[in-house]
Amino acid sequence: MNPHVILRVVAKMLIPLIALFAFYVQFHGDFGPGGGFQAGVIFASSIILYALIFGMAAAKKAMPPSWVRIGMSLGVLLYGGTGVATWLLGGNFLDYTRFAPESTHAAGQHWGIFSVELGVLCTVACAMLAIFYAFGSRVQDLSDEDW
Amino acid sequence: MSSISHILPSWVLTHGPALLVVLPLLMAVLVALLPSKNTGAEKIAWMAVLSTAIICAFIAFGILGQVVSHGPVKYAMGGWEPPIGIGYYIDALSAPILLLITLIAVLCTLYALPSVVAEIEPKKRSPFYAAFLVSFAGLLGMVATGDAFNVFVFLEVSSLSTYVLVAMGASRDRRALTSAYKYLMMGSIGATFFVIGIGFLYMQTGTLNMMDIARILQDVGPDSRVVKLAFVFIVVGLGLKLAMFPLHTWLPGAYAYAPSFVTAFLAATATKAALYLLLRFGFTVFDPSWTFISKFFMYLLAGAGILGMLIASLQAIFQNDIRRVLAFSSVAQVGYMLLGIGMTTTLGLTAGYLHMLNHAMMKGALFLAVGAFWYRFGITQVSDMRGLGKTMPLTMAGFTIAGLSLIGVPGTAGFVSKLALVRAAAENGWWWAVGVIVVTSILAIIYIGRLIEQAYFQPAPKQGAATVAKNEAPMIMLIPLWILALSALVFGIDAEWTTGLAEAAAHVLEGGPILNTPPLSGGH
Amino acid sequence: MIDFFAHYNYIVVVILMMTGLYVVFASSNMIKKLVGLSLFQTSVFLLYITLGKVTGGKPPIVDPSEFKNDHGGGHEVAQATHEAATAAHDTAQVIYSNPLPHVLILTAIVVGVATLAIGLALVVRTRETYGTIEEDEIDGLDYCTNLEGHTGS
Repeated sequence: MNPHVILRVVAKMLIPLIALFAFYVQFHGDFGPGGGFQAGVIFASSIILYALIFGMAAAKKAMPPSWVRIGMSLGVLLYGGTGVATWLLGGNFLDYTRFAPESTHAAGQHWGIFSVELGVLCTVACAMLAIFYAFGSRVQDLSDEDW
Repeated sequence: MSSISHILPSWVLTHGPALLVVLPLLMAVLVALLPSKNTGAEKIAWMAVLSTAIICAFIAFGILGQVVSHGPVKYAMGGWEPPIGIGYYIDALSAPILLLITLIAVLCTLYALPSVVAEIEPKKRSPFYAAFLVSFAGLLGMVATGDAFNVFVFLEVSSLSTYVLVAMGASRDRRALTSAYKYLMMGSIGATFFVIGIGFLYMQTGTLNMMDIARILQDVGPDSRVVKLAFVFIVVGLGLKLAMFPLHTWLPGAYAYAPSFVTAFLAATATKAALYLLLRFGFTVFDPSWTFISKFFMYLLAGAGILGMLIASLQAIFQNDIRRVLAFSSVAQVGYMLLGIGMTTTLGLTAGYLHMLNHAMMKGALFLAVGAFWYRFGITQVSDMRGLGKTMPLTMAGFTIAGLSLIGVPGTAGFVSKLALVRAAAENGWWWAVGVIVVTSILAIIYIGRLIEQAYFQPAPKQGAATVAKNEAPMIMLIPLWILALSALVFGIDAEWTTGLAEAAAHVLEGGPILNTPPLSGGH
Repeated sequence: MIDFFAHYNYIVVVILMMTGLYVVFASSNMIKKLVGLSLFQTSVFLLYITLGKVTGGKPPIVDPSEFKNDHGGGHEVAQATHEAATAAHDTAQVIYSNPLPHVLILTAIVVGVATLAIGLALVVRTRETYGTIEEDEIDGLDYCTNLEGHTGS
């Protein structure tokens, strides 16, 4: 019997909730406290928790490092792409009103911030994971007496 | 210059300030996405960096033309007019620095192709180029933005990627790691000091837009302790970044062990961008006519400059590593610029600014040449330079021209700016400063002369029976080196253009705080 | 003494800042130095958060119910205006804390995380190369390289 069975069971229940909470923080960011950065960190923490309990190899299977690398760049591209889109629509860089110029309740701002925050979520979550993977993958090289 | 403004579509010019920052950042991301395993990727990465740098150079040229003909260029990020939004503001003080950074980036990128192959492990090359683009974007952003907190963000963007770039020198010399660590410590403390200063300014004024801060500071007056504290924190923070004399200890290591082309790029641009920020904050945000600021410039800045000139020049003489010689000389040259700025007269400011531009050219050329010596013969020590005049004649000639310019031999750019500095000091009645400039020039003759003497008057080392064969650096490394060395000559003979730029910048600085916010030209 | 308590958060900031700087300068262990640096940066976060506090300010979130009130009658207006010269907002006459410093410091926190990550990465590489993370020992090892004149690895 695995000595960490309680940890594992609890974590299995918690991890989806943590990920879900990340998306709540992300999508509620328009109306209350929250946003891409916080959501990204929370989402990354769910995977880091998974890695801590089930091991690095399992986590890397669930979220391969190559995805992490691409995700980091995609987020920035989403952010920058929003800016480029506003350029193409004839506005200044990141001038979100261009997405819905006729809107009376600033729908353009909503869409712009939504897409930018999505980019932030993507980059932050992946950057946190990348840092964790980078340091976590090295642990095997050191024995306990080294520290 | 105006002809280049015509080549660019007007859209590019209108959005130039944002484009300068966004383009390298997005390209950096694309370069980072390139697969690191196959060798074709690094070539694509190199071409991406080169084309980005060239486009940015054109934009910077266009913006400079616009600034010269129509006055400051403004841009409102996101369509939010400053002071609410982040405003970009480029005037005669910042436009030449933007051009300098982009041009140096183009030249250093050309040089990078063979140099990176020799110095960086294959799988790290694409990320290396990506980090370079991020650093480039950060430097441009620092100079282009008109928002005080945005300055901090870009300062850190460029610094963080610079630490990575410096550490990449570890595959050549392990001391790069400890140097990068030291740089990271000092740089982060500097940036944090800077952000504390910005925090105090925000506490006093409630705004982050530089012009708005300047306007409100005029009402607040010089007696506020918060303002004084903000000034001190900002100056110390920037002093760390620009290697002001007692705060320069990170610089020799970082320059000596970074990959060659990174050293050349850093030496020519990073400290200049930080010095620009010092000018921007000291003169156009704070009011230089306030007693504590004018006293500070006169005693502390000029004093640190003088001390740096003397001590760092002396230290440069006793170094064994060529790049450490040049690094200590950089600290001394920053001293010249600080001395000019510390005079706060038109002539002094012009001389300081001019020396900043000229120093970028000659130090860039010197570091590129040293990188070429390493590329061919693995030379890092002064004593190993013997016979280089025969084995690498073209590279050594470029090195010599730039070295003479550094000493200040008549007919070179270094002479023009040193003469301007001497004139400014004489006009101020600072005869001791004139004396120090002469003494440090003699010290420069010793430390540069040592290198040139080794190269030309010592026989080339023997390899078996025969002397080492002539082995010139590849053409793609020679071209940027020679462009910089020749510009150090050309701007020494005909200094009208550079002096004009420096005078325009000094004019901006003399005008004191920039308060007016006329309607924006960008976007709508 | 009154002054002391009125400004206690600034005092906390100063204590943290000085502790952090002291650790950076006094310690020779590279990890400990990074800890000091983080402490130093954290003190600045606290400084900024302090700036965002407006006396009597609420969290800067528009409450939908208040928003409707304001459109309907606005009977709180008289009560709110005299204590709030700072709340120069026409639609909602409520004093909000200043959200800007929080946003700024979020950026600074990101920068801090990035700095720490790069610093730790450098420490890991240093340990792999030198086998130690004590700066004086590294200096000693490099001193030998410097004497021999050859360049490291």
